[in-house]
Amino acid sequence: MILSPSRRWLLFLLLASFALSLPHEALAAPGQPGILASLLKWTPLIFKGFLLNLLASVLSMALGSLLGAFLGLAQISPNRFVAKSAWAVTQFFRNAPWLVLLFYTVLLIPFEIRISGGSIPLPDTAKAILGLALPVMGNVSEIVRGAVQSVPSGQWESAQALAFTRRQTLWMIILPQCLKRMLPPWMNLYAVLTMATPLISIVGVEEAMTMTRAALAAENRSELLVPMYGMLLVWFYLYCAPIAAWTKRLEKRFGVKA
Amino acid sequence: METVWEWFRWLDKAHGIDLSVFYDAGDRHRFLMGFLTTILLSMTCLVSSLAIGFIGAWAQQSRFRPARLAVGAFIQFFRNTPPLVQLYFFYFAIGGMLPKLADASGMASPMFGSFFWAAVSLSLFGGAFNIEIFRAGIEAVPRATIEAAESLGFSKGQIFRLVAFPLALRFSLRALNNNMVNLVKTTSLAYAIGVPELLYVSAQIWSDQLNTREMMTLLLFSYVGLVGAMVWGMHRLERALRMPGYGQ
Repeated sequence: MILSPSRRWLLFLLLASFALSLPHEALAAPGQPGILASLLKWTPLIFKGFLLNLLASVLSMALGSLLGAFLGLAQISPNRFVAKSAWAVTQFFRNAPWLVLLFYTVLLIPFEIRISGGSIPLPDTAKAILGLALPVMGNVSEIVRGAVQSVPSGQWESAQALAFTRRQTLWMIILPQCLKRMLPPWMNLYAVLTMATPLISIVGVEEAMTMTRAALAAENRSELLVPMYGMLLVWFYLYCAPIAAWTKRLEKRFGVKA
Repeated sequence: METVWEWFRWLDKAHGIDLSVFYDAGDRHRFLMGFLTTILLSMTCLVSSLAIGFIGAWAQQSRFRPARLAVGAFIQFFRNTPPLVQLYFFYFAIGGMLPKLADASGMASPMFGSFFWAAVSLSLFGGAFNIEIFRAGIEAVPRATIEAAESLGFSKGQIFRLVAFPLALRFSLRALNNNMVNLVKTTSLAYAIGVPELLYVSAQIWSDQLNTREMMTLLLFSYVGLVGAMVWGMHRLERALRMPGYGQ
């Protein structure tokens, strides 16, 4: 991948700050491993947590997109009542802070569901994924509505003139045209969601943030604070920045504004 | 007013819906202070993120290449890393590195409190988005307008301050509104470093009163109300500042 100048610069800054922290290696008290050695020691554990972040982001996105697609289609329903209520639900989940929704699901959903004798356990991770899926649902719903409304009304009218039913028009004519328009904002939302996954550490899921804090607590060395948090920031950056860059390219190609 | 509070006490007694923030004066005070802290934090972040957006957009126009690249790197970093990790980075890593000061009782205390770091971190986060938004707005300013200002003898700085930016602000108002709303929602992250804002005080109240369900619902509606009021206000501002001849 070709790096843009500003990204190259950021990389340079990161490497420089890393190089500046190296003299500390020599300064480390005897009997204590250097900063680099400590980072390497904790990397496998924190990376395992990071994979959980990514897993949570993928599952929440899948669930949120599915629910959001239905909600979005309900928003453009010819039935005024359905459309209005879908609009209200969408606005509610779009305007509520992610962290608050996360608390809501994690604290208020029981830890298991009993269905006719059997019980399905609901671990915190599953509830947290649902909690992240709710704001995704609201945003996807808005993306779907926006995309459908951006299709010129002539398309609807010509479909009607060709005797397509409403459902046929939607599925065979309107939605295929929308997919292209929906992709960039949808990818953008995925990046935002991925960057929101550390929030689940607050409600007790053991992901990268939890692991980093646990590692820092175990080491109890203040010189590790910047490198450890820095490492986590870099990982997220390396995952999210390419998505953002790709989104921008698609936006340019499709000529849509986010 | 007392009758209204008493009604909530009755609601608790009769139906077990425990909204202690209404009938209990202590909880009411806590909740109100939390609400005010959220508003104060939001306002601080809004103003400073706009300032960062202004300065960044200005620096991006500069002929000095390192300044442009630095702004680019700043945007890249803050847009593509999780705000919560940024917050922890500032509060624990940067805040931890700063020297401690002796407070009135002689105890060593950090130089800046959690509110300060939440404000710094969230302002930078919001500011990074504002720079991009302003840049898009500046690009939308017609070239002819800039040329007209040049021919009238305005300097580059004057053109930015007096011509391009005011127009860009109006072009970018819609995107700006979205970002501002997002920033207000993001202030709830300050909970994680113990800023006594709305979420934090609510968590305190529900662990004291064991009324999680009621408090969570009230909290959710408080935020939706706060954001809703803001969306409405911004929408009016957008309409008032709308540029004739653009958009619908």
